[in-house]
Amino acid sequence: MLQLILRRLLQAAFVTWSVGTLSFVLMRLLPGDMEFRIAAGRYGYDHVDLAAAEAVRAELGLDRPGWQIYLQWLGDLLRFNLGDSLVSGLPVSHEIAHLLGHTLLLAGAAMLIALLIAAPVGVWAALRAGGWFDRLSLLVSALLRAQPVFVIGLGLLLVFALEWRMLPVAGFDGPRYLILPALTLALAMAAVSSRVVRHSAAEVLRSAYFNFARVKGLSLRQALQRHGARNAALPVVVFLGIQLASVIEGVVMIESLFSWPGVGHGLAHAVFNRDVPMIQGAAMALGLLFVALNLLVDLACHLIDPRQRSAH
Amino acid sequence: MRFLLLLLLATMLAACSPNQDPHQLSISGPFEFTSQDPSRDGYLYTRLQVAETLLEVDAQGQLLPGLATAWSQSDGGRVWRFTLREGVRFHDAAPLNAAAVVQALQVAQGKPGVLAAVPVETFEAESEHSLVVRLSRPYNPLGAVLAHYTTAILSPASYDAEGQISRLQGTGPYQVERFDPPHRLGVVRFADYWGTPATIERAVYLTGHRAESRALQVMAGQTDIVYTLDPASLDLLRRRDNVRVHSHTIPRTIQLKLNLDDPLLAEHDTRLALSLAIDRSGLANGVLRVPGGEANQLVPPSLGDWHLNDLPAAQRDLSRARALLAGQGWQAGADGLLQRNGAPFRLRLMTYADRPELFQLATAIQAQWRELGVDLQVSVVNSSDIPAGHHNGTLQVALIARNYGNIADPLGLLLADYGDGGNGDWGAMGWHNSELPALLVAQQGERDAARYHARAQRVAQILVAELPLIPVLYYTQQTAVSARVRGFSFDPYERNYRIAEMSFSPCCN
Repeated sequence: MLQLILRRLLQAAFVTWSVGTLSFVLMRLLPGDMEFRIAAGRYGYDHVDLAAAEAVRAELGLDRPGWQIYLQWLGDLLRFNLGDSLVSGLPVSHEIAHLLGHTLLLAGAAMLIALLIAAPVGVWAALRAGGWFDRLSLLVSALLRAQPVFVIGLGLLLVFALEWRMLPVAGFDGPRYLILPALTLALAMAAVSSRVVRHSAAEVLRSAYFNFARVKGLSLRQALQRHGARNAALPVVVFLGIQLASVIEGVVMIESLFSWPGVGHGLAHAVFNRDVPMIQGAAMALGLLFVALNLLVDLACHLIDPRQRSAH
Repeated sequence: MRFLLLLLLATMLAACSPNQDPHQLSISGPFEFTSQDPSRDGYLYTRLQVAETLLEVDAQGQLLPGLATAWSQSDGGRVWRFTLREGVRFHDAAPLNAAAVVQALQVAQGKPGVLAAVPVETFEAESEHSLVVRLSRPYNPLGAVLAHYTTAILSPASYDAEGQISRLQGTGPYQVERFDPPHRLGVVRFADYWGTPATIERAVYLTGHRAESRALQVMAGQTDIVYTLDPASLDLLRRRDNVRVHSHTIPRTIQLKLNLDDPLLAEHDTRLALSLAIDRSGLANGVLRVPGGEANQLVPPSLGDWHLNDLPAAQRDLSRARALLAGQGWQAGADGLLQRNGAPFRLRLMTYADRPELFQLATAIQAQWRELGVDLQVSVVNSSDIPAGHHNGTLQVALIARNYGNIADPLGLLLADYGDGGNGDWGAMGWHNSELPALLVAQQGERDAARYHARAQRVAQILVAELPLIPVLYYTQQTAVSARVRGFSFDPYERNYRIAEMSFSPCCN
């Protein structure tokens, strides 16, 4: 267990360094004058001119050689200082915490809803494998999965926000704003994970140990609780880990569609304004999020599967 | 379950959309804000009526009293004296006095902004409520500069030791309640406001990056006022009964910035031909979907002194344009494109995505110039690539929207655009004219209204005759307002959203 956490921590350190360095190098390779971009981000398109750009360059010391700026960033990073945003002047850690909070809220709510949809649908379909519910859920899954995630979002927007005016279209100003983006993301996720749950549960239902449990006289509910759930959960949890990649990808798109103030959104705008410390911070936050979620999946599998514990 | 369904139905049938908060006005615009510093995002704080300036501006661009009740000039326009309003308190309860104003203006002077261009020698507190500004030479636009958001007056406690804003404390009818950059700014009514207190208790500004999303927000009843709509959403919005669309001309001109150092654009006849080939009415009706607004000169009619009233309207004249280009040696090739000495007439236009209509207009101009035989390549860049391209010479043609109402006196902007030997970052490029900059400099100290008008008219004539930039359209600001909002009005100088004057209808829909 400890070894598992240590390994992930090392991985986190490597991700931090490599993502930060890569974003630094990529940003230096992009065309366009950095001081002009930052001045446009700060003062707006009506006020960006040579004078503003030169003031920005002098203030931020942008005419220093790249390696000096890089070494300074690396030194600051070792002291857990991510620097200040070039555009707003606020500490990057403060801004990332604000954005990451929103992203985690969205991703967490989406995963929870996805699980609430996928688990009952999957188990029900498995219990009557080949029946009408199983086939219908396959059809709906395939339809949902075939759509880009923003099409699902647009459909929900049309119905709940524009026709019924029950929910807000975009932005974030309270819990009601969470419903549509989280549901969109959850539907896209549940489309696949409900099928994984179904297959995993069907396999358990067909297994010898499950049949034995039934034969020895346990009711279906008892057999599912004692012998089914844990065995069926393992592949599902592992799959959730794999699905995280697409969740984070989906988060970026959903944040854009619903003007959700999260990390993906912040990253896109930081690229536009050449705000290098913000880009490094946002990319590192997304990278670390990956590592942390993978760690959680590892730990969950570790707890669910007694065989893994005894192997250590 | 049945109860939940009934509840749902009841909410849907209720007169008010559940998306509307009865005590909060919700505003959406495209501008992202990142700070509380007036030099950066000050427009948002004057628009939401958190911060106020010494002077105000009416719809005609005339100066009105603001935090200063009276002002006068002496010593040939080199000394300006302002009398401050009494009984004004900042949001942190500190009183407004001359010392606080001096501090605010000195901080503003040290940052990029319109005050940096003013030849100020000193700001002095003469007494508790009297302020003196001494200039090294007369500068007429000072009054308009002191009405600009970058010169908003904040309480001394708003600044830290380095002049950075720690917490913005203004004097307006609303004060900042929640500051969540870059997406949400919440303000709440300020009880001790010196003027008439606001009716609506709270207001919130939410950044909406996509113009389409903003249009949907007002349709869903989620947002009460949406500024800067995209042309494509207008028809959709006009069909909704819970939304009103307001159109207002603002002193902003969409124009083509040209590099006159480029051999293709150096000749006046070529520039005139390109201007004649533009179907401005087609752009206004078909792209912006607002008839009118065809620009025959750079400065719009609302800025009277600088606008030529008798100039004929701009008309498309393709045959004359062809003749002018033929006179320059351009001949149509087999593909319909013009050629000279075997080289095609090919131009590269850059524009930026910050204003939603610019890219659509650029592609329409591309098609219109194609009829003339000019191959125009359009690229969308960051707005900063235009001043950068001006200085490194890579800019050929740029479609820009220039705000002559940035300060209420267009002289400041014209000096920035044409002061440098006729050129400027967002003005002419590669133009060589000494008369126009001299006229502008002379205007700075002109006290006689007739002479000021005559010189301003001469400036307009030179710009029409020499055509260093091609005027295209005067801008119309489109605003969608929810039917529940009463007392909406629009400030053409975009300094103030005037939310303190608004209220909600008793029945929201």
